[in-house]
Amino acid sequence: MTDTMTDFRKDLRDWLEAYCPAEMRDGAASEETICWGGKDWVFSSDAQREWLNACVAEGYTVPTWPKEYGGAGLNRDQQKIFDEEIARIGARFPLQSFGIWMLGPALLHFGTHEQKLHYLPPIARGEVRWCQGYSEPGAGSDLASVQTFGADAGDHWVVNGQKIWTSYADKADWIFALVRTDREAPKHKGISFLLIDMNDPGVETRPIKLISGASPFCETFFTDVKVPKEQIVGDVNRGWDVAKYLLTHEREMISGSGMLQAGGRPLGAVLAEGDAGLEDATLRAAAMRCEVDQLAMGLTLERYRDMAEAGQGAGDASAMLKYLGTELNKQRHELMMMAGGSDALEWGDRPADWLRTKANSIEGGTSEVMLSIISRRVLGLPA
Amino acid sequence: MSVKLVQAEEEVMLADMARGFLDDAAPVSHLRALRDAGETHDPALWAEMARMGWAGVLVPEAQGGSDMGYAAANVIAQEMGKTLVTSPFLSTAVIAATALRQVGDDRANAALARIAGGEVTYALAVDESAKFDPNKVEMTAEADGNGFRLNGTKQFVVDGALADRLLVLARTAEGLTLFDLDAGAAGVSRDARAMIDARDAARITFEDVEATGADVLGQVDHAMDVLRPALQAGQAALAAEMTGLAAGAFAMTVDYLKERKQFGVEIGRFQALQHRAAHLWCEVEVTSSAILNAGRLLDSAPEDAAMAVSLAKAKATQTAQLAVQEGVQMHGGIGMTDAYDMGFYMKRARVGAEWLGDYSYHAEQVARYRGF
Repeated sequence: MTDTMTDFRKDLRDWLEAYCPAEMRDGAASEETICWGGKDWVFSSDAQREWLNACVAEGYTVPTWPKEYGGAGLNRDQQKIFDEEIARIGARFPLQSFGIWMLGPALLHFGTHEQKLHYLPPIARGEVRWCQGYSEPGAGSDLASVQTFGADAGDHWVVNGQKIWTSYADKADWIFALVRTDREAPKHKGISFLLIDMNDPGVETRPIKLISGASPFCETFFTDVKVPKEQIVGDVNRGWDVAKYLLTHEREMISGSGMLQAGGRPLGAVLAEGDAGLEDATLRAAAMRCEVDQLAMGLTLERYRDMAEAGQGAGDASAMLKYLGTELNKQRHELMMMAGGSDALEWGDRPADWLRTKANSIEGGTSEVMLSIISRRVLGLPA
Repeated sequence: MSVKLVQAEEEVMLADMARGFLDDAAPVSHLRALRDAGETHDPALWAEMARMGWAGVLVPEAQGGSDMGYAAANVIAQEMGKTLVTSPFLSTAVIAATALRQVGDDRANAALARIAGGEVTYALAVDESAKFDPNKVEMTAEADGNGFRLNGTKQFVVDGALADRLLVLARTAEGLTLFDLDAGAAGVSRDARAMIDARDAARITFEDVEATGADVLGQVDHAMDVLRPALQAGQAALAAEMTGLAAGAFAMTVDYLKERKQFGVEIGRFQALQHRAAHLWCEVEVTSSAILNAGRLLDSAPEDAAMAVSLAKAKATQTAQLAVQEGVQMHGGIGMTDAYDMGFYMKRARVGAEWLGDYSYHAEQVARYRGF
């Protein structure tokens, strides 16, 4: 076992040495450096394209997915080594997408074999870019009250309604959406999880400009969009089960994102680069506190992953990862702005990232929703 | 170094067994009874713990110990923390045993055997000012013939009033040296202090106390070779105790939220309190990860464990203090009464916060290991 792992690490090191281009080893994970993939994707450099292609060939864009669906079939121990080796050389993620983070896990859990074969490999290869259609103007924290409606028309649904905060919908090829398919049923029991082609007639999307100056989110409108009956994940009217499962995934993902910021570098090292440096005692003390909390949070993520592998699912406790992970990320960026002083007030990555983090504790369920989930479902406090 | 952060089956069993024993033999009412009787120690309870192998948790089997390791010691300490169990476990079974284990000569092995048998208790005398700093030592051990003559004063010597032996850190010609002394030696005067947590801690004065070369643990002038591992083991176990303390105070608080009624409903229905309780639960959960990690590293790669230990102690200190403050606030008036147990948790959390390095000390260590 240990020998096998040592071999795996050695092979992986050799492979990374041979195939990870030098330009892709800067640990960058900003909006500008991410490779999202998709039909209209334009690579930012040859190195970005080569790195993606090399990873696709080995299944390393989705290392834990089964090989037949485009992954490398790594087990948990191998994945740990994979993560460590990637971090060791500061390699960028070859590909990131909502397909990898969200639809993939949903299909792996709820999809039919045919659906997996049809949808997963294009995600793994970065050929199809997905976006998520959950929130609506009237359904934010109270997500189960979505009103976008799919009327039954025999072999298809006719979908009408509006989604909001659909991340990168203007650049996505497909959308997975929560659509009400039964208005008579209780609100959680009349929702279906539908897959819709963004190029279908009747789908329109419009970016929303945010405080960070960027427009990662959109409004998306559906007007008499025909969705074939086979484009559903899970059973009709049981979409909430899929959504809940995915929200758990999303929470884990967002909580992990804090660790990825600035390539996971120690906060002190980041702060020391500013004019204020770490000679400012107040700033240094706050940074120490944040570092302690972040390290403990990182260990908790690791513990929950180890528990999951040992068959002890986190369930509603994952709300904790999302809550603390996002709050810590906000703190981290506040400190980086403090350290930057007036230099950080000029538009650039630092202020844009700082402003972006403010959404972390809202998207995917607000911090307050997370605390309510914990108090009711984990602590058993009365509703 | 990557370790598995899941409790092994035998660790879960150990925790269950410890919990079962302590709920019966040492609930919080046990500490209350000791305090009301003006006592800080229950020799019968310690004898029982020794019979169960807890005194020898870090003693090799060759010396009659159970040699269960640091993660197991943390499991026991964590369960002790839940009901504020008072015992020489940390001072003797964790700190002294770890120090003696580094030495490994016949004398040290004999001492380890007596620890495992519950025949001897130890206290660690390091502090000379109000804040922990093992490098800030003015107490001297001057060479005198074939031996040493010790002079100085130690404070906050936990378990120091009743311990049979003292591990004393003193300055020698070229550095610091750790001595293993009889607490009843001529020239040692012990002043038991009335501590807020109702436990044993003493101020100890050493006046021309004679020691021989055989009383030195490890090498003269190189105390840290022996002391550093002992401190790390103690800090990790204390952090585990404080995490248990936080969990204990938290459990009391959640129970209270479910039963106490105001405005005609259980107060646990109020979102203001729900969110505070949920936040506290998150902190306890995160702290448990740091404890598990510290124990794993002490067992598998002790030379790499320093940051993990300081992280555990810093986080546990912070979480225990949050748990007791929130505990009193959410209980309201009853939390302020001596008749209710929450006050015991608050006082122990304050003492645990200071012992073996406070939040600032350990956060500073973490920062240094992280390069700032």
